Parts: sequence; C-alpha cells; structure tokens
Amino acid sequence: MKKILTLFLTFFKIGAFTFGGGYAMLALLENELVDKKKWLTRDEFLDMTAVAESTPGPVAVNSATYIGYKIAGIGGAAAATFAVCLPSFVIIYVISLFLDKFMSLKYVSYAFKGIQVCVVWLILSAGIKMLKSLEKNALNITVTVSVAVLCTLFSLFAVNFSSVFFILICGAVGVALFLFARIRNRGRTNK
Amino acid sequence: MIYLKLFLTFLEIGAVSFGGGYGMVSLIREKVLINGWLTESGFLDIVAVSESTPGPLAINMATFVGSSQGGFLGALTATLGVVLPSFIIILVIAAVIKGLMKYAGVQAFLSGVRPCVVALIISTAITVGLSSLFAIKTVKSAPIADFGALAIFAVLVIFALIFKRIKKKAPSPILMIVLSAGLGILFYGITEP
Repeated sequence: MKKILTLFLTFFKIGAFTFGGGYAMLALLENELVDKKKWLTRDEFLDMTAVAESTPGPVAVNSATYIGYKIAGIGGAAAATFAVCLPSFVIIYVISLFLDKFMSLKYVSYAFKGIQVCVVWLILSAGIKMLKSLEKNALNITVTVSVAVLCTLFSLFAVNFSSVFFILICGAVGVALFLFARIRNRGRTNK
Repeated sequence: MIYLKLFLTFLEIGAVSFGGGYGMVSLIREKVLINGWLTESGFLDIVAVSESTPGPLAINMATFVGSSQGGFLGALTATLGVVLPSFIIILVIAAVIKGLMKYAGVQAFLSGVRPCVVALIISTAITVGLSSLFAIKTVKSAPIADFGALAIFAVLVIFALIFKRIKKKAPSPILMIVLSAGLGILFYGITEP
C-alpha cells in the first residue's frame, strides 16, 4: 500500500511539473526511479523506454503503466497512470472554462495570432528533429517521402483518407519486406 | 451522443498513434476538423495551450477537445479514451508477453511505422503552414499571404537559428511561444489598432 501511495505521488509530481511531453519526462523519471528510489536498474529502465516509445499512445502514460505494474502489480499500474494524467486534466479543464472569454480580449487575440504561427514552427521542428534521427536507408527514405507527399496532396485536394491507414499500410510494408528478405535468405542457404 | 463519439474517436487515436505527442497531433487535427469540432486556428490555439502547460501533450489535447465539445463529462470521456489503449497494451506486454518487443515481426512492423509517423508530422506542418500563412486550404482556395504571420515566422526561425548557434541547443517550446505572443501583440497591435 505504501508503494502504491509513493507511486501515486511520484507520478503526480511528474505529471504536474514536466513541460514538453513524454521525452522530457523520461529524464526526470530516470533520476527519480533509478538514482533516488532504486526501484529499477538502469537496464530495466532502458527496456521500459524502448517499450514506451514503440507502443502506441502517449510516452508518459506508457511509462507510468509499465513502471507501476513492475513495482506494485495492476493496482500500481492504475495508480501511476491515474496520477500522471490528473494534473493535466485539472489544469486544462480549468483553462478550457475561461479560454473563450480570455481570447475575446483584444491583445490576447493578437498574442494568439502570433502563437499560432509559432505552433506551425513547433510542429515543423518536431518533424525535422525526428527526421534527423531516422537512419538513412532505402525503406525510411521511400516511406517518408511518399507518405509526406501523398498526405499533403490528399489534404490539399480534400481527399478523405485517414492517417490511420497510412500508419497501418506502412507497418504492413515493413512486415512484408521482412518476410521477403527471410524467404530470399532461406532460398540462398538451401542452395 | 457526443460522449460516446468523443470516447471512440480518442480511443482510436490512442490505439494507433505511434511516436508520442507530436505523432498524435496529425491524427487529432484530422479528427477535429472532420467532425467540425474545431477550426484550424482553434486547433492551433489548443496545441499552443497544451504545449505551454505541464503534462503529456496528448492528455492535454484530449481534455481540451473533450471539454470544448461536452464539458466536464466530455473531457473525462476523451481523456479516458486516449489513455485506455496504452494502459491495456502496456499491461499485456508487461504481464503476459514480456519479450514482445524482441520479436522480429514486431520490429519489422515498427520499421515501417517509424518513417511514416515522421512523414505525417512534416505533412501536418506543411498543411497547417499553408493554411495559416497563405490561407491555402485546398487547391481551389486563392492564396492570400498573411504578411504579419510570415514576418513573425521569419523572426522565429532566425531567433531559433541564432539561439542554437550560441547556446548549442534548441530553444524550449515555451520560450518560442512567449516570443511569438509578444511579436503578435507588437505586430497586430500596430497594424490593426
């Protein structure tokens, strides 16, 4: 029970004080759980990071569920996940109540016109940063270029095609290439 | 039934969005525009507020969209929807199939998904940029350059480049948001008093 309470408090703190989303949270989590509390070894933490980053959903929620489960079972997973979401939920809900009134102030609306431009920049630089970290191989280059071009054209020509399909098709392409390579290799070793 | 719709929409987003918060931005934008929940500029405002408040971007955006459409219950159902797939998938991985990530098939799937997510984010940036800087929403719309927005964008890019050269790291999103707010007040305050 004490473990669950500590998990709750730790993840509540992380949810309340980290700006900049999941990746910023990972550094804080490592410090808190590996260095201070020694609940996880560095290797376990790295395993957790790999799982949290490569499964769907917010990285912060994925990490909270995983670590909560490792330390205190399903109760721990639920407590940590709930705790990491709670501060966001309360803060954003309160802001959403006042945002419309706030935005109708003249200078606030000017400020938000500027901020909207900044959001374009933020999304673009997040994309470029991820692009740089991709390995430069044929699959990555082909998929990135074709999906970026198709998705932009679809939206300009108002074609209704969900990004979900892009994600699933590209995943299937990855699996198909893998199977193809394996069959070819098997053919070679048989000779 | 708006609550069910919010729940299912965010459940879908939570289940297929790889690559963390920004991976989700493209999907959320698509859904809120198709459902007519927000306009393009309303969506950008929500991203801005979500970026400048603590907590996971995805949770912030889900709570925001939910609250704008269905008040407190809407916020609750949207947030629950976006969290639930993560919670279940991670529990299954942690408890039942511990080595899932080590399977070659899973790695192969992810090898295709990873570049796709990057492409979706870049495409979202291009689409949002064309729409808010040049008023181009589809090929049919006549381009109108918003010179104020273009000037602000140029200042932001130059600032980020200089900052990176001097400090050896990218400026934080919050710093950029504060700067752009100031530029917005300065520019639009002068041109449309």
